[in-house]
Amino acid sequence: MKALVWHGKEDIRCDTVTDPEIQDPRDAIIKVTSCAICGSDLHLFHNFIPGMLPGDIMGHETMGEVVEVGSGMDGKLKKGDRIVVPFTIICGECDQCKRGNFSVCETTNRKRHLADKAFGHTTAGLFGYTHLTGGYPGGQAEYLRVPFADATHIKVPDGIPDEQLLFLSDIFPTGWQAAAQCDIVPTDTVAIWGCGPVGQMAIRSAILLGANQVIAIDRLPERLSMAEAGGATTINFETESVVDRLNELTDGRGPEKCIDCAGMEAHVMASQPDTVLDRAKQMVMLESDRPHVLREMIYVCRPGGIISVAGVYSGFSDKMPMGAFMNKGLTMRTGQTHVNRWTDDLLRRIEEGEIDPSFVITHTVPLEMGPEMYKVFRDKRDSCVKVVLKP
Amino acid sequence: MFHFSNIVRSEGDPKIIEGGPSLKQPEDQLARALGWFSIGLGAIELFAARRVTETLGMEGKETLVRAFGVREIFSGILSLSVDKNAGLWARVGGDGLDAAALLSGLTADNPKKGNVALALLMVGGIAMLDYRVAQDTKPQRPPPDARRKLYPGRSGFPKGISATRDRAKDAINHIPANVRS
Repeated sequence: MKALVWHGKEDIRCDTVTDPEIQDPRDAIIKVTSCAICGSDLHLFHNFIPGMLPGDIMGHETMGEVVEVGSGMDGKLKKGDRIVVPFTIICGECDQCKRGNFSVCETTNRKRHLADKAFGHTTAGLFGYTHLTGGYPGGQAEYLRVPFADATHIKVPDGIPDEQLLFLSDIFPTGWQAAAQCDIVPTDTVAIWGCGPVGQMAIRSAILLGANQVIAIDRLPERLSMAEAGGATTINFETESVVDRLNELTDGRGPEKCIDCAGMEAHVMASQPDTVLDRAKQMVMLESDRPHVLREMIYVCRPGGIISVAGVYSGFSDKMPMGAFMNKGLTMRTGQTHVNRWTDDLLRRIEEGEIDPSFVITHTVPLEMGPEMYKVFRDKRDSCVKVVLKP
Repeated sequence: MFHFSNIVRSEGDPKIIEGGPSLKQPEDQLARALGWFSIGLGAIELFAARRVTETLGMEGKETLVRAFGVREIFSGILSLSVDKNAGLWARVGGDGLDAAALLSGLTADNPKKGNVALALLMVGGIAMLDYRVAQDTKPQRPPPDARRKLYPGRSGFPKGISATRDRAKDAINHIPANVRS
């Protein structure tokens, strides 16, 4: 089969690889009908996340049709079922899964000794990601083996196009969780840093959760225009001061809820010296992340507010203003997304026409063009916001 | 065909049968080579500064050579990073500094002026290579003034924003505070 394979920094190739096989009674194989490039794939593309090996298949936003199931499926999945594959692999049986904390499933990381060492405790196995999370082959391929498939799936009905359902795998529940963990009340102003695909979903989620005002921060006109279309007031951080503008829009109080959808690769600008210093330190491996957004959120958030982190961080961040964080009594909520915690509700909202997540797609191309699209997406060429690949 | 990466695959995981074309262009490989060259040269300048100055008949300039060594190492690291273009331009600038320093040693009373002339020639050649690769690896990001597509019609709310906001506010007002989140 064809698959997008990681060969090193900025080197992804469309290789021919052997087809996946059932390895465990709880496995299923799907024929991929649609998959997508995620913003966090770019961290792997840049080799900023440790634990990638040449030959790893990329991709964690995937859906398709079940073509083979293991013997232990217990009737939960059968050939012909149409499923979206959540990016977190879950067993559905461990204590964390029972609590709904699916992204920290205690069972599915097959290389848990690495995660135990790196994070203190293992987290769930993830598709197409680092070997710290199991090194499972990803879904930017023609076929995908889904381990623990009896739990790791979202069954979706026929009659709704892939484009509306695909993002249940990651970005829609990720944006939703980012907003949900803000405990939004009707008087809240929610500020969202980063208007990439997850940021766009977070904007819509904050609106659906009843925020009074949503403010979106980015620098790219196409992303800001899409944010505005979704109901956000926008701030272009290249032309205006984020802190001044946020204070102006909140009568000097600051936003009650702040969401980071930018993560570890915050934009580097000479006018923000901390971003330059972070980039220099990242280059010589003195720091793994560029946490400018976290610093800014802590500074501008209204005392007593909530900071929600959906953007990916990989390791160590320097110069965190813990004094401001503590004295302002802020709460920080983070985490990879507990996808299956949210998807029943989100699927219902799609079916009822409350939201159509396909608005975010700007490019649909064959899988073979995937490697080039990584560059297009990274360089923000052709006003690219979200790429869907068709195997 | 044998693929080294197949050795580390977990049992049963897909293995590469045939590799596809690489995203890396020849200029990317050259940038990488220049990056490692820069680090190697920088290490020599930093740790064997006296040897360098003796070879060039420029004794007494060891501190300057060490400083150049540090500069070389940093521009080498930058050339190996995702910001390789900045690293290559840093190398071009560094070549200018190297040339200026060498010119100061190209005096009639320097018994090693032949070595200095040879070094200058090498710096000139490498500077041309650095310049060429820096040009070829220019990031393909659109310039700030490029025309961009805008997406003002993409709300994602089939029922419209106002209706969605009203519905959301209505819903949130009917949830008791103790069961929110």
